Amino acid sequence: MAIGDKVELSSWEKLGNFFRGRSVWMMWYCTGCGAIEMPPTMTSRFDMERLGMGPMATPRQADILLVTGYLSVKTLRRVIYSYEQMQDPKYIIAFGACAVNGGIYFDSYSTINKLDDYLPVDMYIAGCMPRPEAIMNAFNDLQEKIRNNEVDGWKRYKKNYDQYKKNQLKAVGEVYVHDEFHE
Amino acid sequence: MTFQNFLNAFLFVLAAFAFQTSITGINRKVMARLQKRRGPRWYQQFLDIFKALSKSSISHGWVYDFGVIMALGGIMATVIFIPVADFRAFPNTDNIFIISYVLAVGMLGMAMSASGSGNPWASIGVGRALTNMLAYEVPFMVVVVTMIFGFKTASVGEIAGIQQGLGIFGWNLFRMPLGAIVGFISLQGMLGKKPFDSFIAPAEIASGPMVEYGGKHLGMLFILHDLSTFIEVSLIVNLFLGGGATFLEFGIKYFVVYTLANLVSGISPRFKIDQAVVFYYKFPLLASIVQGFIVIFTGWGVTKWL
Repeated sequence: MAIGDKVELSSWEKLGNFFRGRSVWMMWYCTGCGAIEMPPTMTSRFDMERLGMGPMATPRQADILLVTGYLSVKTLRRVIYSYEQMQDPKYIIAFGACAVNGGIYFDSYSTINKLDDYLPVDMYIAGCMPRPEAIMNAFNDLQEKIRNNEVDGWKRYKKNYDQYKKNQLKAVGEVYVHDEFHE
Repeated sequence: MTFQNFLNAFLFVLAAFAFQTSITGINRKVMARLQKRRGPRWYQQFLDIFKALSKSSISHGWVYDFGVIMALGGIMATVIFIPVADFRAFPNTDNIFIISYVLAVGMLGMAMSASGSGNPWASIGVGRALTNMLAYEVPFMVVVVTMIFGFKTASVGEIAGIQQGLGIFGWNLFRMPLGAIVGFISLQGMLGKKPFDSFIAPAEIASGPMVEYGGKHLGMLFILHDLSTFIEVSLIVNLFLGGGATFLEFGIKYFVVYTLANLVSGISPRFKIDQAVVFYYKFPLLASIVQGFIVIFTGWGVTKWL
C-alpha cells in the first residue's frame, strides 16, 4: 500500500476521526526559540482553545507533539522518548525552519537537519519564526486532514520502523527507551 | 425494589453525566470570558471525552487498570444515591453517611490506580489529594453533623425538604450562615478548584494523579471527574440551598453554585498543600464549631426560626 492511498474505513473509525478531528491536545516540545510564540497563541490575544486545541501536561495525554525550533542531537533523544510514550493515533507538527530543514543551524555538528528523517512529521510550519496565526492555521489544516483520514504518520512510523530506527541510531548512538519508574 | 428502580438509576447516571458535562462546557466559556477570550464551543467537553475514549491506551499493570474501573464504578454508584428534586432512584437511600462512604470507594480507587502507575508525580499528586481531603472533610463534616443533630435526620432529601416552603429564608444558607460559608469553602476544596488545586498542578507536578493516563483511561477519568463534581455540587445545593421543588429549580441553583466556584477559582492563586491544611484548620474549622454550638445550645436556625 503506497502512502496516501485511500482506505475504506469502518464506521467506528469514521466516528473516531470525527472526534479526533475536532479536539486536539498538544504537547509542546520547546527547547528551541519557538516557545515564545506559544503563550500569545493560547491566551487572550489568539485563544487557540476556541478551535478545540489545548495544551496538555504529559505525552501520555497529548495527541500532537509540537516540536518548535532546532533539535540538538541530545534533545532529539528526548523527543523520540516522548513520541514513543504517546498514545495512538498521534501526530507531529514541525514548527519553524530549523525543524523543517535545519534552518540557520544547517549542517551544524550538534543539531539534526531534518526531523522527518527520525520521526514521521504530519505537518510543517515554515518560517523563522512562524506567527501565532500560522500555528493556528496549521492546527486547523491538521484537524481537517484528520477528519478526512489523510494523516497517517503514526502508521508510517510503525510500517517503516526499521528505517526510522536506523536513522535515529545513526544520529544519537543508542536509542534505549528506559522504563525509569519500574527499574 | 423493582426493575423500574434499576432502569431509573441507569438513566439517572447518564443524565447526570450529560448535565454536568454540558455545564462544564458552558463554564469553560465563562472562564474564557473572564480571561478576555472567546472560549471553546459549549459541547467541546463532550468532544474531548469521546476523543480520549477513541484513542488507544496503555496498561501499567493490573492495579492501574482495576483501580480506574473501581473508581468509576464507585462514583457511578454514589450518583445513584443523590436526591434531585423529588426524584430518588431507590427510595430511602439518600443518607449522607451512605453517600460519603460510597464516595470514598471512588476516591480510593483513583488513588490506588494512580499509585499503580508507578510514576513519582502521581504519588505526589495522590498524597496531596488525600491530604487536601483530610483538610476539607473535617470542617465540612462538623457542619453536616450539626445539621443532622438539628433536623434529627441524616437523609439529604429530607434536609432539603425541611428548608422548602419559607422562600429563600428557609434555606440553611440563612439558617446557618457560618455553616454555609464553611460549606462553600469546602466545596472549593472538594472540586479541586483554586486555591486548593495543588494536587493537579499541571506545570509543577505534570497534572499529578493523571500524569500516566492516556487514551481510554484518561477518558474514563474525565467521566469520573464530571460525575464526582455532580455529587459534590448536588450535596451543597441540597444541604444549603434547599434542593429544588422541581428539576428546573435544582438545575438553576446547581449552575449558579458551580459557576461561582469556577469564578472564584478563576481569580485565585494557589495554596501550597501545607498552607491549604493550615487554612482549613483555622477559620473554617472554628466557624463550623461555633455554628455547632449555636445550633446545640440556642437552637437558633432550627427550633427558633421565623
